[in-house]
Amino acid sequence: MIRYIRRAAALCLVLLVALLVNAARVMVFEAEELDDNPANRRISIERYAEPRGEIVVDGKPVTGSRDSGQQLRWERTYRQGPLYAPVTGYASQTYGTTLVEHAEDAVLAGTDPMLAPLPLWNDLTRGRQPGGDVLTTVRAPMQEAAYRGLDGKRGAVVAVEPSSGRILALVSSPSYDPGVLAGTGKPVKDAWKRLNSSPNQPMLNRALRQTYPPGSTFKIVTAAAALDAGVVRDVDAPTDTPDPFVLPGTRQVLPNEARGCGDASLAYAIQWSCNTVMAGLGVEVGLTGMVEAVERFGFNDTGLRVPSWVAKSNFDREMSPDQLALSSIGQFDTTATPLQMAMVAAAVANNGEIARPYLVDRATTSGGTTVDRTGRRSYRQAMNPSTALRLQQLMVKAVEEGTGTNAAIPGARVGGKTGTAQHGFGNTGTPYAWFIAWAQAEDTAQPAVAVAVVVEDAEASRTDISGGGSAAPIARAVMTEALRLEAEARR
Amino acid sequence: MTTPRSDAPPPGVRLPKRRGVELSLLVCAVLISVYGYAAVGLARSGAVPPDAARYGAGLGLLALVAHLAVRFRAPYADPLLLPIAVLLNGLGLVLIYRLDLETPNDQAAATQLVWSTLGVALFIAVVLLLRDHRTLQGYAYVSVAAALALMILPIFFPAVNGAKIWIRLGGLSFQPGEFAKILLAVFFAAYLSANRNALAYTGRRIWKFQFPTGRVLGPIVAIWLLSVGVLVLERDLGTSLLFFGLFVIMLYVATGRTGWIAVGLVLASAGAFLVGSLEPHVHSRVEDWLDPFASIRAGEGPGQLAQSLFAFAAGGMLGTGLGLGHSVLIGFAVKSDFILATAGEELGLVGLTALFLLYALLVARGYRAGLSLRDPFGRLLAIGLASIVALQVFVIAGGVMGLIPLTGMAMPFLAQGGSSVVTNWVIVALLIRVSDSARAPQPESADTGTLAPVREDAP
Repeated sequence: MIRYIRRAAALCLVLLVALLVNAARVMVFEAEELDDNPANRRISIERYAEPRGEIVVDGKPVTGSRDSGQQLRWERTYRQGPLYAPVTGYASQTYGTTLVEHAEDAVLAGTDPMLAPLPLWNDLTRGRQPGGDVLTTVRAPMQEAAYRGLDGKRGAVVAVEPSSGRILALVSSPSYDPGVLAGTGKPVKDAWKRLNSSPNQPMLNRALRQTYPPGSTFKIVTAAAALDAGVVRDVDAPTDTPDPFVLPGTRQVLPNEARGCGDASLAYAIQWSCNTVMAGLGVEVGLTGMVEAVERFGFNDTGLRVPSWVAKSNFDREMSPDQLALSSIGQFDTTATPLQMAMVAAAVANNGEIARPYLVDRATTSGGTTVDRTGRRSYRQAMNPSTALRLQQLMVKAVEEGTGTNAAIPGARVGGKTGTAQHGFGNTGTPYAWFIAWAQAEDTAQPAVAVAVVVEDAEASRTDISGGGSAAPIARAVMTEALRLEAEARR
Repeated sequence: MTTPRSDAPPPGVRLPKRRGVELSLLVCAVLISVYGYAAVGLARSGAVPPDAARYGAGLGLLALVAHLAVRFRAPYADPLLLPIAVLLNGLGLVLIYRLDLETPNDQAAATQLVWSTLGVALFIAVVLLLRDHRTLQGYAYVSVAAALALMILPIFFPAVNGAKIWIRLGGLSFQPGEFAKILLAVFFAAYLSANRNALAYTGRRIWKFQFPTGRVLGPIVAIWLLSVGVLVLERDLGTSLLFFGLFVIMLYVATGRTGWIAVGLVLASAGAFLVGSLEPHVHSRVEDWLDPFASIRAGEGPGQLAQSLFAFAAGGMLGTGLGLGHSVLIGFAVKSDFILATAGEELGLVGLTALFLLYALLVARGYRAGLSLRDPFGRLLAIGLASIVALQVFVIAGGVMGLIPLTGMAMPFLAQGGSSVVTNWVIVALLIRVSDSARAPQPESADTGTLAPVREDAP
């Protein structure tokens, strides 16, 4: 009997070993997989157990946190939600995160190892740090000026500092309050449905994620290509382009909105926005040359991050000459985000070099120690410095006595370019009014700001005046704020 | 049936009583439980719960009274049994209190404390009243009749959560099946010790296996089939599995016939397959075991087993700390069947291993008592009782951790469930009694006539 008891005991031992091995399997070897299972609520519970870090504009947080008393404890709140929605995005317990809330989530949620006092600290303590703060490059007065200027109309404004690439204003209108999506439950789901079904698309970030035909503002890019390629050597010399211009290989005639464009010089064409001259120059540069030049500005780049992803601005790589002609004046398949067009203006303002645009200046711990800093990085050399200087003069001319007079700021050097983009089937849609510009205070060495404005529902005719009429004043207001802030900083 | 103790030193080794060891271990057990209680409070509200001292005093008082009963009536009992039971029960109370914090509308700790007190009272009663375990031998048929009655009774009561295992009397509900375990173990021990040789040496050989005659085997198989049938009707598979395992182990220990193991396994697989395919309640459990995450893929959210596995995984090596886990996500059975998930999440693999080792120690001490006893009934009783604990732990721990299909069963001493706590306290009381008898100095006139055959097959 003793022997059998020992064997039964051995069976019990086998059972014990089976339990221990299985426990190690579940709790150690398969733990990570189980922890990361999307159905495991612990991730969310931990995530919302502490208040999220803040997104800061001009030294003031534009976000907050609210104790909901629910299982997912802290909900995101937004001060001036609609104003900063294109910057912050939303941080929702139901729908996840977007934009800066998404790109900087690890910092804001406190999971980023950079926030820990020592390497591997979080792994050892199984904890997370209090959420860190994210300091943006946006300047509140400029953001407010842009938002006021759009006044609820559909459109977007982007302002960048040409020398550094800092995004100073990023506005999309109409906007929404991300706070209504913060929590869980029916009100949030209803808000989500309402916002997504609204014809005005308030949740669309028009500044980064919507592309528009850039229209005549694209003529700056074409002019740069023509000058760089040596197609135009003297901006004041007449170009050999008839008015009206027959698209190559077709019978279609390209009209002008402006007068005096027949054989006009490049300077005149930029000043008064001649379609014929610029279309002709585009064809003369040729497809390969145009595509190369355009891509130096950032078109066709799918990898741009600010840190949120930016929609691709498009310029077709394969076209017939008539399509190339239309593309060269920002029609046909050419589309651009407002950010892309701000980068075009910035390239001119910064002697042809584009600094990589960025929206997040620094990430800090909750205590204020900087853990990460986005420095200035060069993006591309869009054109020769000499070309940029000549284009600066032409753009200044367009503001001084051309289509862009509405953007003039007393006591400052302002260069700009208007644009009207037809779209829709047979161009029946309301034209988009565009304006891109840059401004430089008289006593400074380089422009302080470059800006792109697009207004979708410009209540105006198809003339370039609408670009100058609806969009230019908004650009002027934003640039005025930028120059004021720059002057304050210098004092 | 008591034997007069002689003053002369008995032959053989005289074992020390070790009651002092037991007392100091009990102090440790109570302190660990109080520490756990304080840790929950500190984690949840940053302060030690105001009644921590009261809890410690209460648990200490229970332990002390039990200890005194052992000291007076079972002075040679194994000193580890009572401290382990107190520690497990104390930790169980802490875990249930901790889970009560998450479910304000469903408080269970106070009830559990009452049941634990009742369990200790029964423990004391058994230790005081049962002077010699061999008296139980005479009650073999009474106990089996009582066991069957207890198991059939719940059929007349409504089912709870798909299992008809409850009796409701007034406000109290009781699972009679829990107590039937002990009665069946007593019956098996008595019957097998009486018919050991007939079972082992009569009958015919078929190939390598020795099968006993139907006359001897009949009653026991009938009883066993009846109990299992009742359980299938009541859908309490955990207990059914437990009885089955207990029966096979005790039969093997009594007869040493490997044939039993083979027959047992064949019967078990056949029964399991049959029940698993016919009975939807069981079938879904098996499906869930094979793929705990099917419901997630189907978009219905995680089931109980998946939630349980999530809890264990969240514990990792060291656990989140008491009071800081989220095992309440498991849902309604979190304090009973799934209590181990809370232990796993908050104490980690380290704490869980410690718990398993405590159970292993309890089982090992039971087996040790069985080995050193001299009468076959006592041996089989000790092995049976220890195996009940071992099988309970394996069936429920394996179930909630995805090792075997989940069957409802309470973790001994740890889980919420009055019947289970009381039953396990009685098991420990019986183990105390047999271990006392095993370690007590043997008077010269001791009746050890059953020793000879044992020696023969001893290695």
